[in-house]
Amino acid sequence: MNINATLIGQLIAFAVFVWFCMKYVWPPLLAAIEERQKKIADGLEASDRAEKDLELAQHKATEQLKEAKAQAAEIIEQAKKRANVLVDEETQRGHAEREKIIAQGYAEIEAERNRAKEELRKQVAALAVAGAQQILQREIDAQAQNDIVEKLVAEL
Amino acid sequence: MASEITTSEYIKHHLTNATMCSTDQGIAFNKACADAGFWAWHVDTLAWSIGLGILFLWLFRSAAKKATTGVPGKWQAFVEIIIEFVNDNVRDSFHGRNNLIAPLALTIFVWVFLMNLMDLVPVDVLPWLAGQVGYHGFGMDPHDVYMKVVPTTDLNLTLALALGVFFLILFYSVKVKGFGGFTKELTMQPFNHWAFIPVNFILESVTLLARPFSLALRLFGNLYAGELIFILIATLGLWQLPLHFPWAVFHILVIVLQAFIFMMLTIVYLSLAHEDH
Repeated sequence: MNINATLIGQLIAFAVFVWFCMKYVWPPLLAAIEERQKKIADGLEASDRAEKDLELAQHKATEQLKEAKAQAAEIIEQAKKRANVLVDEETQRGHAEREKIIAQGYAEIEAERNRAKEELRKQVAALAVAGAQQILQREIDAQAQNDIVEKLVAEL
Repeated sequence: MASEITTSEYIKHHLTNATMCSTDQGIAFNKACADAGFWAWHVDTLAWSIGLGILFLWLFRSAAKKATTGVPGKWQAFVEIIIEFVNDNVRDSFHGRNNLIAPLALTIFVWVFLMNLMDLVPVDVLPWLAGQVGYHGFGMDPHDVYMKVVPTTDLNLTLALALGVFFLILFYSVKVKGFGGFTKELTMQPFNHWAFIPVNFILESVTLLARPFSLALRLFGNLYAGELIFILIATLGLWQLPLHFPWAVFHILVIVLQAFIFMMLTIVYLSLAHEDH
């Protein structure tokens, strides 16, 4: 229990141990711990970020899908409308064309009839005149009886 | 052999260090060193403490050399738990920047723990082994071979640790506060008046000097008492069997606690030394 030179030996040993620990043991171990802590923190942060990114991407995808659907619906709607308009227009044009063709036909028929009528009238007039001429050649002057012929022609 | 000696002789044998000194006739041991005075060496204390210190440094150095920042091995994980435990305590109590404090605390904690741990080796095993080596190797009477295996039950060792801490307290007090600041701290507290300088100085000196001595005596006292009780239990014959185990279990607490207290107080004292008022 007496104090002796052991004290000095222990002091030296203590100093050497602390020095060695400070130089070769503590720094590499603490550096490894701190480096790993940083790595873990970085990893956690990265995973957080990735999660957020994923959520964002999903959100964006959903939105785009919705937009695309809406666009498609709109396009279909437009196409339907356009088709309806086209059908309407074509129907109308068909109608109009038919009317026109019918009207033309009528007009042509009318014109033909008029022409035929005129022709007929003329031929009848000429026939009547010829007939009358032949009848009257002997007795009356064709000139004097012309107004009667005209009256007949007009009645036709 | 054991029946030839009395209980008090047995206890005394267990509590005596193996001593070495140099006399006029050359190197002498044990009883020949009775009047060697200061220049005697407790070779058992020195050997066990330095051996355990080297064991500590070797174990931790092997972890440090292979330290990876990736997935640590089992040994590295264990070492890192201790490192982190010490580092947390240092960071909680010490608010300065000093690269010495944490390694110092680690060294104290693990080294003192390992030395205390020797207390759990049954008290007769190593002294008996040493006696056999002395008897068969050197032809000595086994009763003349002393072997005290718990270095922390030697006041020389605990006082050396405490004085090492005390020197650091003085060094950092002067370094941080300057010589004037440290003198002022010793003389102008707690009563800030010139007339109180002697009173202050006495009070503060006692406070300052009490630190290393309380550190040394606390560790020494606890472990010495623990060791003594182990030895007393060992003298009870068959009764030691039921008694030894509970005391050993209880002593595990003392071992860790004393190592922790020594480390904690070292940190706190050095933290106080760094505080500039």
